[in-house]
Formats: sequence, structure tokens, C-alpha cells
Amino acid sequence: MGFEPTLLARINKPNSAKLEGYRADGGYAAFEKALKDKQPLDVVTQVKDSGLRGRGGAGFPTGLKWTFLPKDHPGPIYLCINADESEPCTYNNRILMEKDPHQVLEGIMLSCYAIKSNRAYFYIRYEYGDAYRTLQAAIDECYAAGLLGKNIFGKGFDLDIFLHRGAGAYICGEETGLIESLEGKRAWPRIKPPFPAIEGAFRKPTIVNNVETMACVTQIMRRGIDWFKSMGVPPDPKNPRDAGSYGPKLYTLAGHVEKPICVEVPMGITCRDLVEKHGGGVWKGRKAKSVNPGGLSMGFLDCNAPLKGEDGKTEYDIPLDFNGPGKVGCLGLGTAAVTVIDDQTSMVDVLHNVCQFFSHESCGQCTPCREGTGWMLKITDRLRRGQGRTEDLDVLVDVADRIGIIPGTTICGLSDGAGWPVKTAIRKFRKEFEDAIRDGSKSKYARPLAMAGAH
Amino acid sequence: MSALSDDIKTRIRAYIPRYPSKQAVTLPALHLVHDEYRTVSNEAIVEIAGLLDLHPSEVHDTMTFYEFFKHDGDKLGKTRLWVCRGLACMLRGAYELQEHCEHKLGVKCGQTTADGKITLEFAECIGACDGAPACLRDDKHEMNVTTEKADSLIAELKR
Repeated sequence: MGFEPTLLARINKPNSAKLEGYRADGGYAAFEKALKDKQPLDVVTQVKDSGLRGRGGAGFPTGLKWTFLPKDHPGPIYLCINADESEPCTYNNRILMEKDPHQVLEGIMLSCYAIKSNRAYFYIRYEYGDAYRTLQAAIDECYAAGLLGKNIFGKGFDLDIFLHRGAGAYICGEETGLIESLEGKRAWPRIKPPFPAIEGAFRKPTIVNNVETMACVTQIMRRGIDWFKSMGVPPDPKNPRDAGSYGPKLYTLAGHVEKPICVEVPMGITCRDLVEKHGGGVWKGRKAKSVNPGGLSMGFLDCNAPLKGEDGKTEYDIPLDFNGPGKVGCLGLGTAAVTVIDDQTSMVDVLHNVCQFFSHESCGQCTPCREGTGWMLKITDRLRRGQGRTEDLDVLVDVADRIGIIPGTTICGLSDGAGWPVKTAIRKFRKEFEDAIRDGSKSKYARPLAMAGAH
Repeated sequence: MSALSDDIKTRIRAYIPRYPSKQAVTLPALHLVHDEYRTVSNEAIVEIAGLLDLHPSEVHDTMTFYEFFKHDGDKLGKTRLWVCRGLACMLRGAYELQEHCEHKLGVKCGQTTADGKITLEFAECIGACDGAPACLRDDKHEMNVTTEKADSLIAELKR
């Protein structure tokens, strides 16, 4: 049986971003029905019971997050949409915003109705200029059609959606960094608790949700819980804390694949199938050496490392559900952005690139992250210049192990994400790093160290 | 003389009703000023602060955090051309592309050509990985930028 995409069903249609076409395809009927026939709590319950987990990276159950809002709060309550999509190699939100913005907006309307919010701030990274303009045009259409504004469908529900542009800082994708940035301050993440549901934007209860999550809300309200749960991976019965990995998922392919594309498939496809069946395989007829399964922060797979107890399978065969990458030492599914690294690429160069990113994007608030990411960049640069020392690898792992919210030394998870690729790369490709140190071989990209930026 | 035109001031003020605090208009205001004047001068910071009931240091504090806005006499060229150096682009030739652009334009990343036409920058992942190596032309993606494509893009921007 072939799988029919839902979230991406409309993206190749002509004028897919226009209201007229979206309505012709049944758009906004779920919102109208919710407003006319359902109570806000019904929407919360339906989303909660669908098992939808947030698509932004952490995989927190969406409906459950909504229930953390204070009961009977007089308001205002805010919804912030996190469209700061800056995790390297991730672009699924961009496709949704550029090609089917109304599907996202309908999810926002439904979510705001559910959480009793009359205002959504849609925080979009500056680099997505086309998506920004497409969304603004779509929002304008909605106001003109009475889908936004006062007394929508005559049901007494008011809603405004405001786009808010970022200014090129990765940290704004951290939900409290996003809130600080929205408030006009430097995007320094806040100490939690209080979590945003209790005290968020402008010190009011706030929910922060991802763009793809909103598209899923639209489809869950349109197609129902059974449809959503017909796809994906049920919870592990041996793990009472596992919420399962239901629904369709947008995976993005990048790096050394023949076809770097965004595809929609049920959660749980294996990394190998995704690359071979959807990405046209590794480019230039080469083999995959490593894969980054969910954005840089998640770490690396070793495509040649055998999976314990699974005959003939390697880390390349892990399922890309919320639990899969964790079984082979990665941090998690992250943003489901899959980047392939071929067998002719140096992991030293790859790791240097990763460290360069996190060093540049550390916001500078917590010392272990600000300094640690800089040290890791300096060390990987030394490796790249052929001047590595044998103890460098242990120092790298040591630094990576000590920065982050898991060891408890920073306010936000940026540095967990900075550490994980370092740890996994060195643990899994140690011999390659050791060989590079012993040979003193210099990378073709070796340059004098550039000054690291402040964020 | 005022650093900001009446039109820009009106456009900044139009954002105020959107937010429960005036400070939230800081980023929209900085973008408006930066797009128009290609820099945010100290005088502009003082005027933005005046419009938003802030101290100029608060605007300056937020602005400098992002390292996105040109200031202190530095000014953007007519077009800002960013070369992405994220992993997806790096794996498909971003470093070579960046070097090519620097050589072609005779400037390093962060600098502006002498004719004021192009400011070259490096960018961390711009989310255009399906078109790697990619560039950002102001805020629009340019996908699959080969050196040939970069040359024709640069020629177009130089006209």
C-alpha cells in the first residue's frame, strides 16, 4: 500500500499558498467546525489523545504541554510559533511556510482556540524572507476573509497573528530565548522554572510550538485521532515513560545524497531506507560513512558499526522515531534532518565545521558553553591544521561531557547539542582522529583561526 | 536634523499596538532602520529609544547581541550577499564558494566592495540545504550556487 502524503499533499499545486485553493481543498473547515461545535477543551483532548509530540526537536507531547497552562486564567495567554528553524541541515518548516502557509495558520487558529489565546506571535528567522512574505500575504487574506480579527464566524472568538522577524541568531530557537528576543531584549534563555506555560512572553502564560506541529494539529482536527495513530511507532511497552512516535513526519535530506529533498513518511522509517529509497542513495556512487540523524545537535551515526543483536544490521539501519537515534548514542530524533557524510570526507573537517557553528552561536550567557564551545573549536582547528596532540581527543570528550543541562552546568540545551556531536564523533571515529594526529596530515581547508563571534 | 525620516518613524509607531510592551518593537524598528539606511547610527539608536520609551543603551544592548546590524560607521552595501557555511553546504562546496566570492570581489567576509554594491558575509546554516551550496541575497535564497552561478550573480549585483 502506497503512503499518501498529507502535510505535503498540496505543495506542488499551482498557487498552493493561496487561500482560495486551500479552501477548495477543504481548508479551514476544521477550524470552522471547532469554533461552531466544539469547546476549547475538546480540541485540547483530541490533540492530547492523538499522541502528537512536538516536531521542533524535543518531542514533548503537544496536548500535555497545553494542559500546563493555569486553569481559568483571566488572560492574556499567548501562543508563540517557533519558526526560527536554525538547526543546521533542517528545512522542513520552510517548505511548509513557503508552499502551504494556510495549513500552518489553521493549526495556529485551532491551537489558539484550544488554549484560549487571542494573539499568536509567529517568530520567523530573518533568513526566511520568502516564507515571511508568503505568510504575511496569507495572513492578510485571512483578515480579509474574516478568518482572523474580531468575532470569527460570529462565535465571539477574536484572534490576531503577528509575524515577528529574527536577526540571525540560533539561540532564538530555544523557547525562552525566543521569548526574550520577542520582547526586544538579547535572546538569553531564561532559567526554568517557571516554564513559559506559567510565565512566558510579557510575563503571561505562553505556549511555544513548532511550525510542523501546527500543521499536524490541522490534520489531526480534520482527520481524527485514528488516522494519526494509524502511522508511526506505538509506545515501547517496556518503557512506561515512552509516549510513542505517532503520525507522519517531515524528514529533510542533505549533504552527500543524490537528491537532497524534504519527504513525508510515517515516523520510524530507517535511516538507510530514507537515504536509499527517498534520497536516491549516496551521491557519486559512494558509500555512507556517517549520518547525522536529526540536526547537528544530535550527534553522528557510524554507518559501518554493527547493531548489537541485530544480525547484519548497522547503525545506518536504526529507525528514525523519537527513540531510535538514542539507542546508538545520539541525543534523539531532533528535527529529523538527516545529513549524509560520504566515505571520502574527513570527520576532522566535519567536526571542525560543527564546532565552528556552536562556537559562533553560543549566546555567551553561561560560561561553560561560551568558553567550552570556543575551546572545542580551537582544538578541532588544531587537529585540522595537523598539529593535534594525542590528549586532544580526551580533552574534547571531557569538555563535551561537562557542558549542558544534562550535566547541569548551563541554562539551556544549546551546549548539550554542542557536546553531543563531539562525543559521538570521537567515540565512533576515534581511529580516524588518532590517525590524523599521528600523521600530522593537514586538512585542505586549514586556515588561520578566525575569531569566534559572540553568539 | 532628525536621523530618521517621518515615514520610518510612522512605520515604527505602527508596530506599537501589536505588543503589550513598546520594547518588543526594538527588533522591528532596527530592521526598518537598517533596511532603509544600511546602518544603525548612534543618532538612530537614540531616536528609536525615544519612540519606544527606552534608554538608548537598551536598544544598543539588544542590537549588538545579534551581530546582524551594521553600526559605528560601518555600512551595508546595496546588496548583502551571504555565503552559507553550514554543514550541508560545506559538504557540497561552501568553503570553496566562499573563497571564490572573496577572491572575485576582492573583499573578505564582513566587508563591502569599494563601489558599495556588495557586502559579503558568511552565514551559519540558512535552511536552504536542499539547494546546497546556497547563498542568501539579502533575505532571499539562491540555491545550488556553482562558481559560474556565483559569477553571474555577482555580475548582476554589480550592474
